[in-house]
Amino acid sequence: MKKVSLEINGKKVTKEIPEHTTLSTLLRDILNLTGTHIGCDTSQCGACVVHVDGKSIKSCTALALELDGSKVTTIEGLATNGKMHPMQEAFKKLHGLQCGFCTPGMVMSAVDLLKNKKNPSDTEIRDWLEGNICRCTGYQNIVAAVKEAASKM
Amino acid sequence: MKTFNYHSAKDVKEASKLASPNSAFLAGGMTTLPSMKLGLASYKDIIDIKKIKKLSGIKVSAKTVTIGATTKHVEVANSKEIKKVIPSLAALAEGIGDPQVRNRGTIGGSIANNDPAADYPSACIALNAMIITNNRKVIADKFFRGMFETCLKKTEVIEAIEFEIPQKSNYQKLPNPASRYAVVGVYVAKHKSGINVAVTGAKSCVYNDSDISDALKKNFSASAIDNVKVSSSGMNSDIHASADYRANMVKVFAKKAVEAC
Ligand SMILES: Cc1cc2nc3c(=O)[nH]c(=O)nc-3n(C[C@H](O)[C@H](O)[C@H](O)COP(=O)(O)OP(=O)(O)OC[C@H]3O[C@@H](n4cnc5c(N)ncnc54)[C@H](O)[C@@H]3O)c2cc1C
Ligand code: FES
Ligand code: FES
Repeated sequence: MKKVSLEINGKKVTKEIPEHTTLSTLLRDILNLTGTHIGCDTSQCGACVVHVDGKSIKSCTALALELDGSKVTTIEGLATNGKMHPMQEAFKKLHGLQCGFCTPGMVMSAVDLLKNKKNPSDTEIRDWLEGNICRCTGYQNIVAAVKEAASKM
Repeated sequence: MKTFNYHSAKDVKEASKLASPNSAFLAGGMTTLPSMKLGLASYKDIIDIKKIKKLSGIKVSAKTVTIGATTKHVEVANSKEIKKVIPSLAALAEGIGDPQVRNRGTIGGSIANNDPAADYPSACIALNAMIITNNRKVIADKFFRGMFETCLKKTEVIEAIEFEIPQKSNYQKLPNPASRYAVVGVYVAKHKSGINVAVTGAKSCVYNDSDISDALKKNFSASAIDNVKVSSSGMNSDIHASADYRANMVKVFAKKAVEAC
């Protein structure tokens, strides 16, 4: 067991954890932040994407211990004062989801895209979302939602 | 995943001292962690090398580009300095996996792992790279030994990779549609001293195709490759592509790379 300290969605958290605890396990099983989903658990599907120090990463493929001292934002930390983030609004408005399993990762990844590129083209959005797999939507409405969010942000 | 002792090394000496036949260095973790989860590997000690400052960063001089081992793919892809002197190298990094893989994966991890379908090994061969470790410098040709095999000793830490700036170069690949690993990737580089045509994805290990480079020496144009025979013997054959298809793709992507040089 080792101690890890992180800032998660603005709150300081310190826990004793087994060395092999991934960030996704810490979030879901220890902190009960189950908005971050686990699909493949081996860095293929993107359901587990969160931000660490402002950059999107797959939380299933990072040890919590290697991120000691970092700032983590999960899907639960996107809304401010109960008001959805423009990316969440756009996914809702344009039906950018069906079952919703991939959605937390899609939204977190797309928010990172807009930090890197303010007005991405369809191709740039599709390229960026390469690591996020959706089994339901066919991606059309996801791309439309990201464009809508870009126009609002 | 089986548990292990986690160490965060403060310098290369400590990392090397902690290493044993039962340990792995942790850089981006993009290969090590999934293979531990899948039960393909397990270690007693995981030695994190990301806090070692001197292992990360990009230096450009008149003749070379030196990239620290723990420099992430995203940093190479976005480097203005690299884009200026070896744009094909930045483009290669931009084509690896997806943004989240590029935000964590490192050049040192990629070449130490020597996946037969990885992109960076081809850049090392094409750009006459020197692999700089904590106790020697090895030329890329001698570094990559076979499938997932290099000349690295267990306690050896890659510190940096030094690439020679070519006169012209380009990398083209047929990406696996899911992972973006190269089904076939060809890196063509023209140096004052000669031409390299490094091929990845096609065989069990990256190699320099001397038949294509000989043809390009006589005439540096895509059409010069038309008459070169690429044999399918020794080529990989799997659900993604047959050996014959790969052999043909080596030519197709070598031509594309020459055209884009
Ligand atoms: C979904 C996905 C898609 C990918 N797509 C591609 C792709 O398109 N093209 C491609 O080329 N790659 C691809 N990769 C691989 C990725 O680029 C990583 O670079 C690679 O997995 C290893 O780098 P790492 O930094 O994560 O290494 P780690 O997983 O941390 O380490 C891998 C191995 O290297 C050793 N090691 C690490 N650093 C050093 C060092 N400095 N000195 C000595 N040994 C060291 C470790 O001991 C370990 O054995 C993909 C990976 C994933 C998960
Ligand atoms: S659960 Fe992390 S990438 Fe699939
Ligand atoms: S909405 Fe079901 S997986 Fe994307």
